[in-house]
Amino acid sequence: MVKANTLRADSPSTFPQEDAEKAPFHGTSGIVLDQVCHAFDAPASRLDVLRDVSLAIAPGEFVALLGPSGCGKSTLLRLVAGLERASAGTITQDGAPIDHPDPSRIVVFQDPTLFPWRTVWQNVALGLEARGVLKQEKARVDEALCKVGLESFAHVYPHQLSGGMAQRAALARALINQPQLLILDEPLGKLDSLTRMEMQGEILSLWQKNGFSVLLVTHDVEEALFLAQRIVIFSPRPASILAQIPIDRPYPRHRGDPILANLRHEVLNRLGLGESW
Amino acid sequence: MNTSSVALDKPAETPRAKAGSGDIAVCNAAVRSTAVRRTRFYAFGLLPVAAWGLLGAITLFWPDKPSGFAEEWPCTREFGAGALTLAAFWLLLAITASFSSLPRVIERINAGFRHFAPWLIVLPLFLALWEILTAKTGALAPPFFAPPSSLIEAYRDDYARLADSAWNSIKLLLEGILWGALTGFTIGVAIGWSQRINYWLHPFLRFLGPLPPTALLPIAFFFFPSSHSASVFLIALATGFPVAILSWSGIASVNKAYYDVARTLGASERFLIFRVAIPAALPQVFVGLFMGLGGSFVVLIVAEMMGVKSGLGWYLEWAKGYADYVKMYAALILMTFLFSGLISLLFAVRDRMLVWQKGIVKW
Repeated sequence: MVKANTLRADSPSTFPQEDAEKAPFHGTSGIVLDQVCHAFDAPASRLDVLRDVSLAIAPGEFVALLGPSGCGKSTLLRLVAGLERASAGTITQDGAPIDHPDPSRIVVFQDPTLFPWRTVWQNVALGLEARGVLKQEKARVDEALCKVGLESFAHVYPHQLSGGMAQRAALARALINQPQLLILDEPLGKLDSLTRMEMQGEILSLWQKNGFSVLLVTHDVEEALFLAQRIVIFSPRPASILAQIPIDRPYPRHRGDPILANLRHEVLNRLGLGESW
Repeated sequence: MNTSSVALDKPAETPRAKAGSGDIAVCNAAVRSTAVRRTRFYAFGLLPVAAWGLLGAITLFWPDKPSGFAEEWPCTREFGAGALTLAAFWLLLAITASFSSLPRVIERINAGFRHFAPWLIVLPLFLALWEILTAKTGALAPPFFAPPSSLIEAYRDDYARLADSAWNSIKLLLEGILWGALTGFTIGVAIGWSQRINYWLHPFLRFLGPLPPTALLPIAFFFFPSSHSASVFLIALATGFPVAILSWSGIASVNKAYYDVARTLGASERFLIFRVAIPAALPQVFVGLFMGLGGSFVVLIVAEMMGVKSGLGWYLEWAKGYADYVKMYAALILMTFLFSGLISLLFAVRDRMLVWQKGIVKW
């Protein structure tokens, strides 16, 4: 109960109060991190990466993680994806512990990591093929390609794509399994600023149409403000949560919105960059 | 009218400005040639004609220097006549290459002729020099040297034995390469994937791999029931080692993010090996196959020279026994085509399988 209370205090806007109080912690739906700690066994000493991170992501919620470079946000994503196991604490999805990767939680990395030996179509089909259902559900590949506007590039190899198109293909590949949670690890970090804005709009519309939750790591404060319903700010390594800032602005948002500008100031303050405002 | 003439002048203007002064004549010629290029005579095409004609004339009209073996080398006439025939053929091509809008097949032949014209000049000059140094002046004396014309006799008289030897060599080689490539690939993938397999197999690779398979030849002939199986084993060993090492390194250097992607998409371990690790490692595997092929050629020839009773290596030894160096040259030339052909085949397969790669080396 104590745990649930602290959690609720951290995220007042998104977590329904009754849920947190009535239901035991593990009964909560969505992704829940409970006092997660993680450390790497570095050759010389243990390297603490995460310290006591408690966080909940409700179904359909868009949460952005901000923090200094190298603080351990990406590690957190890997834990949530199930690619690694936390040293301590629990991570659950709809009450069940996360201990291995699952198609319901898909990661999109900073690099598109398309398989160069497969065409765009074959890359997008990967999720169906891996689960052995490609034959029955072939149409969904074309559908996913349409969603990201790559239908005319289906039979092209990744090295022939631009950075933005490659990242779109990666998004299509992620969405093919109809995930409940999309984990985005700085997915737009390597794109030029115009393509990035365009892609932000696309991520937003995919999220609104498909109803999955999004966990986004980014270095771009404006991107976080433009996209997310809540921003979680991390301390330098070992990462712990410094603050959670709800963004109660309706979509579509306007990049010049003065309220967002104020929030930006607040976020930068929390990150220790207030003077640069 | 005025504007069109300006537009026509422009292309002529630009190269002149670039080329600097004194090139006006060249520019004018270029302008003229664009207008009449279609029927310009392909003058460079006459040089191969002249070179082959020269080779034919030297061969036919310069008498052979009598040596201890014979008054005249065999097949001199055939060689000379062949050279003159080729010269005539090149003349025909030089003429057709001067015309445009011919049928597609002829256009392609003409393009090929233009591409190879420099080689078609150098090659007959080399053959002529060779013919002069051997048959015509005796500067390079028999039996170790023979004129190119005598090779024709070797192929004509001994083609059955040569073809049989080549066929046996290919069979033995392919059998060994197949076993070696399959085993090497399997071992390489296994030790690249599994720590435990790596622990047990790595020492074998480490110590037995660098051992030249030819060093095992005497023992292999003793242990194996036949010289054929011993040779297959040794060729497989020569092919397998580089294939294993490079498959291993290919698997080990696969971008780990590919596995992460595949695992979150629901991939099983099987899928990770066969659909992620192996395709990603294939470029390296082909490097290993290329190296292994080179090693297998060495083992093949040595094994055939030492124990196998057929094949091109055996043919070399056999020709040596009769001091018939012409036949040795004939076998060596056949070998270069054979082995180069096998490597071309490997590269063709690779180009097909790795179409997704950017800028791969062309063989």
